[in-house]
Amino acid sequence: MQRRTFLTLAAWLVGTTSLTRATVIHNRVPWAPHPNSAPEMVRPGPWQFFTLDEARAMEAIVDRIIPPDPETPGGKIAGCAVFIDRQLKGPYGSNQGHYTLGPHTKGTQEQGPQSALTHAELYRNALAALDKHCKSTQAGKSFAELEAAAQDDVLRKLESGEVKFETVDAKGFFSALLKDVPEGFFADPIHGGNIDMVGWKMIGFPGIRYDYRDWVNRHNERYPHPPVSIAGRADWTPAKS
Amino acid sequence: MARKLPRKDVVIVGLGWTGSIMAYELADAGLDLIAIERGPWRNTATDYPPGYAADELRYRIRHELFLSPSQTTFTFRHKMSEAALPIRSWGAFMPPNGVGGGGVHWNAETWRFLPSDFVLKTHLTERYGVNFLPEDMTIQDWGVTYDELEPHYDKFEYLCGTSGQAGNIKGTIMDGGNPFEGPRARAYPNPPQDQPFGHALFGKAARDLGYKPFPQPSGNMSRPYQNPLGVRLGPCTYCGFCEWFGCGNYSKASPQTTVLPALVRKPNFTARDNSEVTRINVDSSGKRATGVTFVDAAGDEWEQPADLVVLSAYTIFNVQLLLLSGIGKAYDPAANTGVIGRNFTHQTTSDVVSFFDPAKFVFNPFIASGAIGMCIDEFNGDNFDHGPHGFVGGGYMGHVQTNGRPIETTPVPPGTPLWGAAWKKAVKENYQSAIKPGTGVHGSMYSYRDVYVDLDPAYKDRFNRPLVRITMDFHDNEIKQNKFLTDKFAEIFQAMGAKQVHKEYRKAPYDITKYQTTHLCGGAIMGSDPTTSALNRFLQSWDVPNLFVLGASAFPQNAGYNPTGTVAALAYWTADAIRSKYLKNPGQLINA
Ligand SMILES: Cc1cc2nc3c(=O)[nH]c(=O)nc-3n(C[C@H](O)[C@H](O)[C@H](O)COP(=O)(O)OP(=O)(O)OC[C@H]3O[C@@H](n4cnc5c(N)ncnc54)[C@H](O)[C@@H]3O)c2cc1C
Ligand code: SF4
Repeated sequence: MQRRTFLTLAAWLVGTTSLTRATVIHNRVPWAPHPNSAPEMVRPGPWQFFTLDEARAMEAIVDRIIPPDPETPGGKIAGCAVFIDRQLKGPYGSNQGHYTLGPHTKGTQEQGPQSALTHAELYRNALAALDKHCKSTQAGKSFAELEAAAQDDVLRKLESGEVKFETVDAKGFFSALLKDVPEGFFADPIHGGNIDMVGWKMIGFPGIRYDYRDWVNRHNERYPHPPVSIAGRADWTPAKS
Repeated sequence: MARKLPRKDVVIVGLGWTGSIMAYELADAGLDLIAIERGPWRNTATDYPPGYAADELRYRIRHELFLSPSQTTFTFRHKMSEAALPIRSWGAFMPPNGVGGGGVHWNAETWRFLPSDFVLKTHLTERYGVNFLPEDMTIQDWGVTYDELEPHYDKFEYLCGTSGQAGNIKGTIMDGGNPFEGPRARAYPNPPQDQPFGHALFGKAARDLGYKPFPQPSGNMSRPYQNPLGVRLGPCTYCGFCEWFGCGNYSKASPQTTVLPALVRKPNFTARDNSEVTRINVDSSGKRATGVTFVDAAGDEWEQPADLVVLSAYTIFNVQLLLLSGIGKAYDPAANTGVIGRNFTHQTTSDVVSFFDPAKFVFNPFIASGAIGMCIDEFNGDNFDHGPHGFVGGGYMGHVQTNGRPIETTPVPPGTPLWGAAWKKAVKENYQSAIKPGTGVHGSMYSYRDVYVDLDPAYKDRFNRPLVRITMDFHDNEIKQNKFLTDKFAEIFQAMGAKQVHKEYRKAPYDITKYQTTHLCGGAIMGSDPTTSALNRFLQSWDVPNLFVLGASAFPQNAGYNPTGTVAALAYWTADAIRSKYLKNPGQLINA
C-alpha cells in the first residue's frame, strides 16, 4: 500500500462525512448524541445552482412534465425546479459516491451509464443546448417563451431522440428529467419540492405517519388522515399572528 | 509498514448478520476476539430515529445506508468475449456497509430452503435423469442436509422473533402454513403479522385456484418479543419505510435489535469500525492464516494477528479477499479448473402489476412492512413436476405489500405516457387501487460454467486493488422458468378481480441497472470435493484450515428463496463445529 493511496483515501473520507474516525468498541455501546446528522431542511430563497435563464427554462419544463390541473398544482408551484436546483448544488449534482475513475467507455445499455459527466454538468450543458435549439428553430424564442403546446412538442422530440444536441446526450437529459421531476413532486417537502405536500395529497399518501396498527385490519376503507412530513404539518405550528 | 496489534484468538472480517452471530457464539465460548468492520457503527436511537427515518429520497433513492461505489464497485459483462465495464452507481443489487450489514435495511423475509435444495444435483438426477439438465449447468450438492441444519434454522428464527405460521411440525402438516417446507421442531416464536386488504384477496384467490397460501415468515414483529439472549423487540407498526431503511421502532430483526446488545457486553469482544480489511495474511507455507491487514479511516495500515480468521464480509467481498490474498485456486472457466469465483449466481425475479377498479378497491399501499405477505410455494424448487416443462428450478410467489412510497411506487397502466397530464391523471387514479407486489416472483438461479467472478484486469478501487469482475447472463433454463412462474402468478391477480394485469418477465440479457435483489451467491462454495469447492461442509477452507468463510458465497447455486435464513443457519452450524470440534483439535475437520 502506498502513502499516496492513503492520502487520497483520507481526503475522500473527510470529504464524504464527518463521522469517519475509526473507533475501537469494547465493553460499551458506542452511543453519542446525533452521530447520524438530521436532515438539512431546504429553505426558499435564491437559486443556488441554476442561472436565472436556466431556472426559467426549468420551471417551464417541470410544469410540462407535471402540468397544473384544477385540483393539483403543477411541477412549478410544487417546487420541483427548486428541488432539482438544491440537488444539483449538493452531492447528487457532483455524483458524490459514484465510481468515477476512467476509462469511460460506452458499453451496452445493460452495463449501465458510463458517462464522465456529472449530473450538474449534464443539466448545465443540456439547458444551454436546449436554449440554442429553441432559439434557432422557434424564431429566437427560448423554451420558457414558447406556448405550452410547442414546449410539449420540443420535449416529445427529446424523448424520441428526434432532436439531438451536439454537446450532450439529449435523450439522456430527458431521462434524467423523468427521474428528477417526479422525485421533486413526491419527496418529503424538507427537500424543497412537494410544497404543502401537494404531491402526497393528490394520491392520498399520508407521509411519515409511521404507525398503522389501528388501520391494518380495516380492509377496503380509505385512510382518512391528512399527510405529515418530517417537518410536521402547517396546522401543527400555526403562524404567529 | 503496517503497525502490529496484539494477537487475538479470533479476527472476524465484517460485522453483519454472519459476523455478529459468529462473534457472539465464539465470545460465548470464551475466546478473545475482535471484529473489523468497513463501515460505521450504527444504532437505532441515533442513526434512524422515527422522526426522520422515513425519508424516501435520502435512504431509498440516494442509498445512504449502503456502500458507495467510490469505495469499491464491480465490473460487469455478459460473456467472456465482452469488455467488462464498471458499475458506476448501483442497480441490480446494492451492497451494505456498516455494523449490522444488510440486516439493518433488509426486508426480513426469513425463509428456510427445501430439503431437496441441499442435495439438488442428486435429487434432480434421480428424478429426471442426468440428460434433463442443461449441459453447462454446474449445480452441486451442498454437503450438508436440511436435517442437520434444522436446529440452526430454529435458533436463528428464535433469535429474530420471526412471525409466521408453521406448515410442517415434525412431519405433521399444519393448517394455514407452508405444506412444502421441511419438518421443523417447533412453531415460529410469533404468530403471523396482520394482513392488509390486498393480501386477504390474494389468499382467497389462491385458495380458490387450489393452492395453499400462507403468510410469509417475517422478521417484522407481530407483537413485543424478548429473544433468548434477553434482547427485546417492539411490535411493528406497518410504517412502510422498512427495506432500504433502518427500523426506528426496534421492530425489525437486525444484528442491532437481536445480538449486538448482548455481544457488546462481553468483555472478550472488541470491534473496530470504519476499518477495511485489505488482505488475509498467510504464513510461508500458504496453509495457515496469520491474521489480517486492514486500513483505518485515517489511512493508517494495521496488522491484526489471530489464530483463527472468520471471513464474513458478504458474498462478493469474501471472494475478493480470497482472490487478493491468493487463498485457494482461482477459477478458470476455459480450463474448468480452480474454485475461487466458481458457481456465482444471483436471482431470477419478476413481477406482475395489477390494476383494479378505483371505485371498488382501496388498498392503502402505504400500510406495509418489509416482509408482510401472502405467498404460495407450489412452484418452488422441485415442488412440482418439471418433466413436461423442460426446465429446472422455481420460486415462491406472493403479494408482499412492502411500500406505497410515492417516488418508488406509483404504478400506471402500460401504454400511459411517461409524463404530462395523462401521466399525472393515471398516477392519481391508480395509486390506491393498483398492486405492485414488493416481492412478486422470487425465483432461483442455478449455476453455469460461464457465470463466475474474477479480478478485473483494468479497473481499480481506491486502494489501487483490482475490482471484482462479474461475468453473468441468464440462460434459457432461467428464462423458461421465469415465464412459467410469472404466468402462474398473473392468474392469481386475475382471479382477485383485476381489470388489467401487466406481466414484467425477467428477460436476457441480464441488466445491471434494474434492481432485483441483493442476493448474490456462490464464488467460494461448500462441497465435498476440493476440486469443485472452496470450503468443506463446515465452511472451512480446504486450503487454509484456520480460515472459515461465512455467507451466501458458500451456496453452490441459488434456491428460489431469500438467503438469510440459510446464511444464518450455516453460521450457527459452523460456530457449532468450531466449538465442538475445531477448538479441541485445530486442523482440517474433513479429510478429502
Ligand atoms: C435492500 C435489501 C433487502 C434484503 N432483504 C432480504 C430479505 O428480506 N430476506 C433475506 O433473506 N435477505 C435479504 N437481504 C439480503 C441480506 O441482507 C443478506 O443475505 C445478509 O445481510 C447477508 O449477511 P452477511 O453477514 O453475509 O453479510 P452482510 O450483512 O452484508 O455483512 C457483511 C459486512 O461486512 C462488511 N465488510 C465487507 N467487506 C469488508 C472488509 N473488506 N473489511 C471489513 N468489513 C467488510 C460490510 O460492510 C458488512 O457490514 C436483503 C438485502 C438488501 C440489500
Ligand atoms: S414496517 Fe415495521 S419493522 Fe419495518 S421499519 Fe416499519 S415498524 Fe419497523
